[in-house]
Amino acid sequence: MNQLFKMAFRDLGRNKRRSILSALAVTMGSILLLFMAATIRGEMQGAMKNSIRLQTGHLQIRAASYDESKNSLAWQDLIQDPDQVIEQLKTLPQVVAATPRLMASGILSLGDQSKGMSVIGLDPDATANEVFRQGVIAGEFLTADDREGILIGKPLADKFGLNVGDQANLLINTSDGNVEEQLFTIRGIFSTKTPYYDENTVFMPLAKAQAIAHTENHASLIFVLLQNQEQAEPVAAALSGSNYQVKTWQQLNELTTQLEDFANAFMYIFYLIILGITATVVTNTLVMAVYERTREIGILSAIGMKGRQIMAQYLTEATLLATGGVLGGLVLGGLLVAYIGRVGFSIPATSAYTGILMGERIYPYLTASDAIGLTVAAYIVTLIASLYPAAMAARMEPVEALHAQ
Amino acid sequence: MEVTKVINATRDFKIGEVETHALRGVNLSIQSGEFTALVGPSGSGKTTLLQLIGLLDKPTSGQVFIDGKDATRLNRNQRADLRKGTIGFVFQFFALIPTLTAYENVEMPLMLNGTKPAERKARVNEMLEAVGLSDRAHHRPDQLSGGQQQRVAVARALSIRPTVVLADEPTANLDTENGKQVMDIMAKLNKETGTTFVFATHDPRVIKYASRVVTLRDGLIVENNGSSPK
Repeated sequence: MNQLFKMAFRDLGRNKRRSILSALAVTMGSILLLFMAATIRGEMQGAMKNSIRLQTGHLQIRAASYDESKNSLAWQDLIQDPDQVIEQLKTLPQVVAATPRLMASGILSLGDQSKGMSVIGLDPDATANEVFRQGVIAGEFLTADDREGILIGKPLADKFGLNVGDQANLLINTSDGNVEEQLFTIRGIFSTKTPYYDENTVFMPLAKAQAIAHTENHASLIFVLLQNQEQAEPVAAALSGSNYQVKTWQQLNELTTQLEDFANAFMYIFYLIILGITATVVTNTLVMAVYERTREIGILSAIGMKGRQIMAQYLTEATLLATGGVLGGLVLGGLLVAYIGRVGFSIPATSAYTGILMGERIYPYLTASDAIGLTVAAYIVTLIASLYPAAMAARMEPVEALHAQ
Repeated sequence: MEVTKVINATRDFKIGEVETHALRGVNLSIQSGEFTALVGPSGSGKTTLLQLIGLLDKPTSGQVFIDGKDATRLNRNQRADLRKGTIGFVFQFFALIPTLTAYENVEMPLMLNGTKPAERKARVNEMLEAVGLSDRAHHRPDQLSGGQQQRVAVARALSIRPTVVLADEPTANLDTENGKQVMDIMAKLNKETGTTFVFATHDPRVIKYASRVVTLRDGLIVENNGSSPK
C-alpha cells in the first residue's frame, strides 16, 4: 500500500505541470461548486430574513376569512379590536413583539406619473416597526397622530423625483369597495436595502390608514415576532382553535421556499456541468499517462503485477489528484465564500422583478452540509473519471504493452 | 529436470488483412541449469518463442509447460501468478521503472510475490551485490549508465529465485564492454546458483557464452546444438 502511494506520488511528479493543472481543474471545479451553493443559500436566506423582518414576521394572526391575495378591507375579513388580541398574545412568553397592520392597495401619482402601491398602516411606536424607523435615510419617521404624512422608499422617491416635504396624491381602496384620495406630504424616505419592497410600499400611521379606508378600529393582521423562528409552529399550534387564522413564517413564505427549491434543482444541472468538465480533464490526464507509460505497464505485468493491481496504481494517482484538488478547493472556496460572505456582492437586475424580497447585496453563506456534500461529490466524480483510464491500463496485454514505443 | 517444454507451438499474428506465422510448430524442452541461446535472424520467431515460454503470450495452437504445469490452460491472472514466482525477465531495452530507485526496482517483484520485508531487504542487497551495484542502490535509472541499468534488470530478474530467467537481446543496446559485463554476470550466476537462462540473441559474442544454441528460421527450429547440464 505504502509502495503504491509512493509510486503514484512519484508518477504524478513526472509531469508536474500537467498534474498541477489537473489538480487545479478539480480545485476550480470545487471552488465554483462551493461558491454557487453558498450564493444560492445566502441569497435565499437573505430573502427569507428580509421577508420575516419586513413582511411576514414569525407569525401572523388574521381574521378567519381574510384573503391575502385580495387585500380585502371588508370588516368581516378584518380583526376587530386588534389591541385586545395583542394583549392576549403578550401573555405568551415566546412573543417578543406584536403589532397590528392594515394592508391596503393604492395608487401614488405625481403629475403624469403613477404607480400601484402596497399601503401599510402601522403603529409608529411599536417595537416591531423599529426596522422602518432605523431605515429612515431622509426626513423623519411617522408619528401616530400624523394625518397627512406618509413614508416612501428611496427607489420610489428617486423614480418620482420626490424629496422630503414634497406632496403626492394617494388613491386608496376602502372597506366599502370605493376609493378615497388625498394629497399626502412625504415625511421621510426609508431604505430597508430591499429594492423591491422599498419601491412598492408606502407607510402611514395606522389610525390614518383606518380612517381613510373606513375600517375604524380594524386591522388586516397582527404581525408577531417570537424569540426565535423555531417557536413559530408550537406557538401557532397553541393558538389554534381561536376564531382567527394563524400563519407561520414558513406558510407565508412558500414562494421563497419554492424558488429556493427551483434554484437548487437548476443548480444541480450546473453542478453536473462543472463536475463533467472536471472529470474530462482528469480522464484526459490519466489517459495520457497510460499512453506514456504503456511499456512500463508491460514491464510491471511481466514481473507479475495483476490487472487489478495496475488499476489500483492509477486509481491511487487519481486519489492523490482528487485529494489535492478537493482540499485546495475546500480551502480556497471556503476563503472566497468567507470574504465575499462578509462584504457581499450585488446583482441589481434580480431583485426588481422576482417579487421575492432579495437584498441589494447577496452574502454567500456556506453550510457544513453543502461543503461536505459538494466536496465528496467532486471527490467521487474525480475517482469515477479515473476508472476508464485505470481499466484501460489494467486490460493491456503485457506483450503488446512491452512493444509500445 | 525439465523446466519448460513447448509442444508443437504455433503463433499467428493478423495485422489488417495480412496474417503472419511467427511460429510454425515448435518443440523445445529446457532443462534446469541450462544457459541456452535462441538465435536466428530478425523475424525468425525467437522473441515470440521467448514470450510464449515467459507466459506473456499464448500460442495459437500447441502447449507450453512451466514446471510441469500446462500454462496454456491458465487465465491472465493465473499466468501473472505463475510468472511472479517462477520467471525472471531481462529485456532488450533497459526495462526499469523510472520513478523507482535501483533498490526499489529489484524489490518490486519480491513485493508482488509476497516476500516478507526482512527477507526482501536481504535478497535485494544480495542481488545488488551480485551484480556489483551495491553502491548505486539508491540511484534512479536516469542516474545509471545503460550497462548499470541492465545489471539492475538482471538483479531484479534473479531476486525472486526464478526457475528460469528469460533475456531478450540483453546486450543489444549496450557497448562491447558493458555487454560483456552483463553476460559475465549472467554466466556466473548460472554457474553459482544453477538458475536456468534462456536468451534470444543474434550477437556472436553473446552466443559463445551459451552451453546450448537453438537456431530458428521462419518460425521453425532448424538447429539444436549443445547439451543440458547433467
